[in-house]
Parts: sequence; structure tokens; C-alpha cells
Amino acid sequence: MNEPRLYDSRPAAIGTLIRSGAVYVILAVLSAGFLLPLAWMLSVSLQDVRGVFAQPFAWIPAQPRWENYSDVATLIPLGRYFLNTVIVTGLVLVGTLLSCSLVAYGFSRIRFRGRTVLFALCLATMMLPGQVTMIPLYILFSRLGWVDTLWPLIVPSFFGSPFYIFLLRQFFLTIPREYDEAARLDGAGRFRIYWSIILPLARPALITVALFTFIGTWNDFFTPLIYINSPEHATLTLGLNMLKSQIVGTGMTQWHLLMAAACMVMVPNILLFTLGQKYLVKGIAMGGLR
Amino acid sequence: MTRDGMSFRQSLGGYAFIAPWLVGFLIFTAGPMIGSLAISLHSWSMLSPPTWVGFENYQSIITEDPLFLTSLWNTGFYVIFSVPLCIAAGLALAMLLHNRLPGMGFFRTMLFLPSIMNIVAASVLWLWVFNPEFGLLNTFLRWLGVQGPLWLQSEAWAKPSLVIMSLWGVGGTTIIFLAALQGIPQELYEAAALDGAGPARRFFHITIPMISPAIFFSSIMGVIGSFQVFAQAFVMTGAAQAGSEGGPNNATLFLVLYLYKKAFLEFRMGYASALAWILFLIILLFTVLQTRLSKNRVYYEAGE
Repeated sequence: MNEPRLYDSRPAAIGTLIRSGAVYVILAVLSAGFLLPLAWMLSVSLQDVRGVFAQPFAWIPAQPRWENYSDVATLIPLGRYFLNTVIVTGLVLVGTLLSCSLVAYGFSRIRFRGRTVLFALCLATMMLPGQVTMIPLYILFSRLGWVDTLWPLIVPSFFGSPFYIFLLRQFFLTIPREYDEAARLDGAGRFRIYWSIILPLARPALITVALFTFIGTWNDFFTPLIYINSPEHATLTLGLNMLKSQIVGTGMTQWHLLMAAACMVMVPNILLFTLGQKYLVKGIAMGGLR
Repeated sequence: MTRDGMSFRQSLGGYAFIAPWLVGFLIFTAGPMIGSLAISLHSWSMLSPPTWVGFENYQSIITEDPLFLTSLWNTGFYVIFSVPLCIAAGLALAMLLHNRLPGMGFFRTMLFLPSIMNIVAASVLWLWVFNPEFGLLNTFLRWLGVQGPLWLQSEAWAKPSLVIMSLWGVGGTTIIFLAALQGIPQELYEAAALDGAGPARRFFHITIPMISPAIFFSSIMGVIGSFQVFAQAFVMTGAAQAGSEGGPNNATLFLVLYLYKKAFLEFRMGYASALAWILFLIILLFTVLQTRLSKNRVYYEAGE
């Protein structure tokens, strides 16, 4: 990177070295600080009751209690929560990917009257706080008999989501129109072009949207909190809060079990994050740099 | 054919493709907005039929509800500290990561990871981090020889605790700034260095203007999101019985938490709807204000 020069190379090199060293030290300290709570959570989740309250705290328990993780299942129906979350997340993924890509195709590929206005309207709804529509929606879903079922968490995803429509539209605009034209000459209709030309080419953008959707749905708390009352329909996030109320609210001391539950809820996020970080970063950057 | 070359058939095709959003917009956004406005003008418990009260809900919220003022103050405090701190921290981290050194990808991963964590799991974790006796934070402070505060259990420290926790999730903002920094042409810095501009001048005259769209975007999104802060307060400051959320002497009773309690614990649907519209108007006001303020300060490249 630095071209060797005869005279001033040495001071410059030392300066660069010190600067790089400082950057590494600061970043290492900060990263450790960011990760410390997670490491601590893992440590607490492997303690016994005495270990949780021991002073000084032993970061590495003498006998890690992995059975804490299975003990959680004796306090709450963990399998049920997991299954519910998987059902909701799976269907929301299907709904979001289908509806958002269809709408994005319409907004990016077809010229129709009112397109600009409607697209602006679509973006504007991103600013609307969910609380404004929350009560009428609750009434709508309760009239349909959907309160305390998984439907209110799933159905809206089949009707598009502005941010993902925006992301996909931006990506579709970068796909050359020549592909569409060629397919049209071969006699392909609009839906065929969307399905067999655009969607395969848009794979990276679809993966980004899928990751965001997965994390958003897996983490959602507000919607299940409002609509789900009984434990057999609870999602993991809601169930974790129920467990927290049980343990903290009633003065029980099983923090190790609560932390084990929290760790389990976090695992899918960490896994997906490690696998798909590239796509997440791209999506966030795209959203921020419109 | 119309003059734009949009045939009726083509328009129909367009509408067919955007139909999912259009139908969803009518059913899940536009309809409920009108409904919410109507409900806000009624007194309604969902058990008996609603009675018309006009603007009474709005009037009593603004003039005679001390808890509303408390929640407004709490939310304002959170927004004013959390948003600028997250932007400053996000920019600082992004500048650290924007060095052409090996291993930056690793650090980016470490700093980004907490921001995608499940909010309830993170709240459970931080609830214990903030525990005055056994928590990570006060253990660390004790190690430094400082007696830490009671954090969430203290009226003065409950809100700052949640601001500290929000900084843990700064990774998303960092990524936005990092992408913006990477988009600045290197020649600008080289030209400025030739002109004798020092690091500070280059930062304020090149970096800041060039990433101003990202700063603008992050602050708008930050304000909208922070005004709706809910889950942390709900999980971390509530006991077992419903309705106890809100922290010591309502120190963490935020607008959305207050609204939630009015709607789903007290079943005052009219009052809660009026609160929702007030929240919306506040967010709208701030967004318009930010857009106005940034009109001449945000630099878009030619063609924007």
C-alpha cells in the first residue's frame, strides 16, 4: 500500500503503525464490551442457583449444568412455543416474499396510471406508527374470531410490506430490461417474466428480504402480546416474557433457567446472522443510501 | 392508448401485480386509520356500544392527564439521548471500521451481532446486567472502586439505563455509516490533503457532507423508532401482575406503554386511539421538522 520512499518513509511508517495499533486496541476493547453481556448470559445459564448469586462470580462454572437447558422445558411448554414460532415464521416468509416481489415487479416494470402516487403512498406508510391502526385491527381480528389464534400474526404478511417492496423494487430496477424483451419475443406473459426471469435473477435481494423477515418475525413481541392469551398459542418471544414474569415477578431465583431460555431464543438469530451477514449488511446499506 | 403509451390493459396488469399491497393498504392501513380516528371521538370499552364524546378524549389527555405528561417527558428524554448518542457512536464505530486493515470484517461482525438480537431475550439479559447487587455492570464498577446506582430500580437511573441498553444495538446504524463512508471517492481526501487540510477540516468539510444523507436517514428512522420504544420497558420494568409496568414512580412509562395499558388493561379504546393519534402527530411533526432543517444541509450528488 505504502510505496517505499527514500527519505520520509520511516516516520510515516511508524505513524501508520501507531495509528493501526490504536485502531486495533480500541476495536478489540469495544468488541469485548459488546460481547461481554452475551458471554455472561451463557455463563449464568450454566450455573446452579448458588453459582448465580456467588460473590465473586465464577465466569467458568466448575461443573457446567447443561441440564438447565432441558429443565426450562419443565417450566414452560418450550416445544409448543418453538413449533408455533416456526409455523408463524415459515408462513410469514412465504407471504412476504410472494407479495412483496409481485408488488415490486408491478412498481418497477409496468407503467400504469397513478403508479408514482401509489408508490409514494406505499413509502409514506412506513412512517405510520403501528399503534394508530392497532385498535381497529384488533377489533377486525376479534370479529373474525382470530384473537388467540396465530392468524393475526400470519395473514397481514401476504399483503406486502413497504420497506421490502422498496428494497426489491430498487433491485429489480437494476436488472436490464433486455431480458424482459427477449422473453416477451418468445411469447412469455408478464407473470411468466416475473416468475422465471426476474425472481431467479433477484435471488440476492430475495435472500436479504427473507433474512430481515425471519429476524423480524422471530423477534416480534408486540403482535403476539396483543393477540395471544393462552400458552398453547404463544411464540417463543412471548413465552420467554411469560417465564420472566413467573421467575422475576414471583421472587423466584432461577435466573440460570431464565438465561438458558434466553440463550435458546437467541440461537437461531446468531446462526442466521453468521450464515447471512453479507446479505443483511447489503440490505441495511441499501435502505440507508437511497 | 393514452399519451404516455399506457394502455388500459397495461394499467390493469400493473394493478393486478400491486393488488396485494393495494388491498392490504385498504384493509390494514387506510380502513383502520379512519376507524381509529372515529373511535378516538368516542368513549368505548368494547363491552357496551360506543358513545360519542367529540374531542373530549384529546382534551382530557392534553389538559388533565398527568400520566400522559409523564409518558411524554419520559419518551422525549429517551429520544433526545438515545438518538444522538446512537448516531455519534455509530459514526465513530464506522470510522474505526473504515480502515483498510486486516480483520475489520471480524470486528464488524462482533459489533453488529447484538443489534439483531431478540428484544425480549436482550431485555431479560439486561435486566440481570442492571441488577444492583449481582449484575455485570455494578460488579464491573465495584471492581473499579465505584458504587454503582440502582439502575432500573432507581427513578433517576431507569431511563438512562434504557439509553445505555439502546447503545448496545448501535450495529445497524454503524453498518449504514460504514457503507456511506465507503462510497466517498478517495480523490476528495487526496485533493484536500494536497491543499493542506488537516484531519479535522477533512472530517467536517468532506466526511460529514458526503455522508449527510446517511445521517439524515438514521436520525429520521431513529426518532420514529425511539418514539415507539416499548418492549424493553414492558419486559424490564414490570412485575408479575399486569399493569405494574412503567418502573419506579412511572420513570419508564413511555407513550406506547401508556397507550397499551389504556387499551388492553383498562379497555379505554377511545382514549387509547386518541393517544395513538397524538403520538402519530408528534412523530409527523418531528419528521417534517427534521426534513426542513436538513434541506440545505444534506448533500445529494447531482442527479438526485
